[in-house]
Amino acid sequence: MDKQITLEIFRYNPDEAPEPGFQSYEVPLNKDWVILDALNYIKDQMDGTLSYRWSCRMGVCGSCGMMVNDKPVLTCATFLEKFAPGPIRIEPLENFPVVRDLIIDMSDFLTKLQKVKPWIIREEEGSLEEEYLQTPSQLADYKPYSMCINCMLCYAACPVYGLEPDFVGPAALALAQRYNMDNRDQGNQQRMEALSDDHGMWQCTFVGDCSAVCPKNVDPAGAIQRYKVEGAGHWWKSLLLPWGKDK
Amino acid sequence: MSPTPNSCDVLIIGAGGAGLRAAIAVAETNPNLKIGVISKVYPMRSHTVSAEGGAAAVIKDNDSLEHHAYDTISGGDWMCDQDAVELFVREAPKEMIRLEHWGCPWSREEDGKVAVRPFGGMKNQRTWFAADKTGFHMLHTLFQTSLKYEKVFRFDEWFVTSLLVDDGRCRGAVAIDIATGQVQAIQAKAVIICTGGAGKVFPFTTNANIKTGDGMALAYRAGVPLKDMEFVQYHPTGLPFTGILITEAARAEGGYLLNKDGYRYLQDYDLGKPEPRPVLRSMELGPRDRLSQAFVKEQEKGRTLQGNYGDFVHLDVRHLGAKVINTKIPFVRELCLKYENLDPIKEMIPVRPVVHYMMGGIHTDIHGATPLPGLFAAGECACVSINGANRLGSNSLTELLVFGARAGEAAAEFAASANGTANKINGLYQDEVNRLNKQFLKKEGGTEKIANIRKAMHKTMEEGAGIYRTESSLMQSQKEVQTLKERFMNVKIADHSHTFNTELIAALELSCLLDVAEAVIQSALHRKESRGSHQRIDYPDRDDEQYLSHSLAYWNKNDFPEVKYNPVSITKWPPGERVYGR
Repeated sequence: MDKQITLEIFRYNPDEAPEPGFQSYEVPLNKDWVILDALNYIKDQMDGTLSYRWSCRMGVCGSCGMMVNDKPVLTCATFLEKFAPGPIRIEPLENFPVVRDLIIDMSDFLTKLQKVKPWIIREEEGSLEEEYLQTPSQLADYKPYSMCINCMLCYAACPVYGLEPDFVGPAALALAQRYNMDNRDQGNQQRMEALSDDHGMWQCTFVGDCSAVCPKNVDPAGAIQRYKVEGAGHWWKSLLLPWGKDK
Repeated sequence: MSPTPNSCDVLIIGAGGAGLRAAIAVAETNPNLKIGVISKVYPMRSHTVSAEGGAAAVIKDNDSLEHHAYDTISGGDWMCDQDAVELFVREAPKEMIRLEHWGCPWSREEDGKVAVRPFGGMKNQRTWFAADKTGFHMLHTLFQTSLKYEKVFRFDEWFVTSLLVDDGRCRGAVAIDIATGQVQAIQAKAVIICTGGAGKVFPFTTNANIKTGDGMALAYRAGVPLKDMEFVQYHPTGLPFTGILITEAARAEGGYLLNKDGYRYLQDYDLGKPEPRPVLRSMELGPRDRLSQAFVKEQEKGRTLQGNYGDFVHLDVRHLGAKVINTKIPFVRELCLKYENLDPIKEMIPVRPVVHYMMGGIHTDIHGATPLPGLFAAGECACVSINGANRLGSNSLTELLVFGARAGEAAAEFAASANGTANKINGLYQDEVNRLNKQFLKKEGGTEKIANIRKAMHKTMEEGAGIYRTESSLMQSQKEVQTLKERFMNVKIADHSHTFNTELIAALELSCLLDVAEAVIQSALHRKESRGSHQRIDYPDRDDEQYLSHSLAYWNKNDFPEVKYNPVSITKWPPGERVYGR
C-alpha cells in the first residue's frame, strides 16, 4: 500500500451541531497532489459532506484559501508532500465568521471593496477612438497592486483586522492604491474621503504579515504605509489651508 | 446590501466577463432598470480569470478588419457566420478601448500606446495583452467597474436550477441561495445567460471546476437549441495531470514544440517550415485544432514521450532567455514552478492537448437573442457563431465584451418594452421546488456516487468524442451517457443540510454535464464530415455540399436530442482551403 497522510479537518455544520470539531481522514500521500487534491479525494471517495470552496486549481481565482497548520495558504498551490509525515491540520481562514466547515463568510470584504471605489474616476471619459496613454513605467507604478486575487489570506493574517473588524483591510487598501496610482485616474481625493473614518488603518503597525502571506506579491503593507503618509499630509494640509482645494 | 429582491428588470445568470459586461451595458443603456446578477461563485472567481494570452482587436496601422475577419473565418473552417464576424471585428476595437478606459492594465509600448502580440492562426499582430494574465485583469476591471452602478444587485453564490417560462416567454429563474439552501423565484422581464463553457464534460481540461455547462443546460431544457455542440476545442499545450494551460503566447513569443527526438514535428503536418523566429500563421503559430491533431498523429508514430499522466511532447522556451520569459510570460513560469516543479528558463515544459473551449452553445442571433422571447445569452455559453468549427485564439475574451454588451443592450430594450402579465409563475416555482425536493433535497436512498458517474462520463467522452471520432465510438458514448443518465436517477446524496450544501450543487452540476455531453455526442454523430475541431475518421473530408450548416440540438426529455440544421451565413469569403505556413 502507498504511503498515507492524515488530514485533521475543521468541521462545523450549524444545521446539525452547534459546536465545531475536528475530523481525521487518511489519504494517499501522492507527490503530485496539492492539499486541494486531497480534499477532493475525501469529498469524492470518503465523505461527500465535507464543504469547501474551489475552482481554478491554478492559483488565480482566489477561492481555496484556508489555514494549513496555522498558516493562511492557497490550498491549490500547496503540495501535500511538504507536510509529510503529517498530520496536517486544515481550518477555515482566521478572522472570518465560518459558514460551514472550511467556508468563511467574506461578504464583509465585498462591502469594503465597494467603499474604496475601485474603479477609474475621471471628470470626463475620453473618446472611444483611442486609448489613454500610459507608458510602461507608469504601468509599473501601480501594476503590483493590481495583481490582488481577493483570496483573503491577508485578512486572515492581519492582526488589526482580527481586533478591529471595521478596518477596511489590506486587500481593499491595496486596490484603492492601485487606482490612486494609475495615471488615468483622478479619484484620489474621493477615495481618501471614503477612508477618513477608518481607524484601523492608523493602527496598522507595518508588521507586514499581509505582504508575507500574499501569494501574488502584492505588498498591501506597502500600500497602507503609502496611504498613511498621504493621509497625514492631507490632514495637515486641510488644517493649514482650510480654504484651498487639495490637489 | 439591501434585502434580497424577488424581481428585477434584467436578470443576468453568470458573473464572469460576459455577464459583468452585460450588466454594465444594461445600466448604461437604461439607468432606470433594476439589474440582478446571479452567480454560483463570487464574480472574481469566474473562469474568465484563468484566460492568459490576450484579446484580439485591430488597432495597429498595418492591420485591417478584413484580416481579422479572414483569420477568424479560415480558422473556423468556414463555419462562422460571416455577418456576425464582420460585426464582431468592427466593434472589437471600441470595446477594447472602453475596457482600457475602465482601467484594464494592458501591456504598453514605450510611447504609452497599447502593445499587441502575435497569436496562433493570425496574419498580423493584434492580440492585446496584460502580460499573461489577460483574463484575470479583464475580469477584475469589469467587476470593480460594475461596483459603481447602484442599480446592480448581486446574488453571490446562488445556483439557478431552472428558467421560468410562462406564456412563451422567459420571465426569470428559480435559484437556490447556496449559503442558506433557500429556493426562490426571481422574476425578470429579460434574462441573459452568461455561464461560460462546459469543459468539465471531459476528464482533461483547462477549465475550472465550475465549468459545468449549467446555463447551456438551462436553455436546452427550456426548449432552446444548442448550436454546433460537436465542435470542442483542444488547446495543444496543457500541463499533464493538472490540465493547467500554458498560453499560446509562449509559442507566439517563440517557443518550439518538440517530439521525443527534439524535432519540431509540426513541419510534417503541412504547417510550414521551421524557422528560428516565430512566423505568423505557421508552425507553432498554426491553429489550435491542427496542432492538437498533429499531436495525436505523432503519438501514433510513437514519437511522443511517456509520463505518469499519459503521453506528452515538449514546449521549449529556454532560448527566449530569462528576460523575455519574465516580462512577457511570467505566469507561465509561475505555473511551471508552482505546479510542475520545473523552471522553463532551464527546462522544457511537458505538454499535451487539453479540452479548452466549446465553440458551440446556446443558439443566439447577433443581438444575443435566443429563439425564446426574453432569453438572451453571451460569451462561451452562447453560439452566435463567430467561432465556427475552431475558435481563433484570443477571440473569446473579445467576444465576451462585444456580445456581452450587445446582449445587455438588447435585453435592456426588451425589458423596457415588455408587457403582459405572467400568471403561472407561482405554479412553476412550486413545480420546481417539488422537483428539487424529490430528486435532490429530500431524496432518500440512492446508491450511485456522484464521483463515479462523473468519472464514467469523462472516460466515455474522451474515448468516444475526443480529438478523433468515428460512428462506432460515438454510438458507444451515446449508449454509455444514456446509461449514466439512468444511473444518475439513483444518485446518493449524503448531505441533507441547508447550509452551503456543496454535494447538492455537485449533483445539480452533474445533471447539467450529462445533458451537455449528450448534445455533444448527438451533434457529432450527425455531422458526417471532418471540419475544424470535429474530425471523423470515417468521414475524413470537409463536405460543404451537405454540411455548410450549423447543427441545432433540441432537448428530448426521454429520448436522444433531435438535430436540425441552419445554413451558415456567407458574405465575402466563399469556402476555401485553410492554408498555414505556405
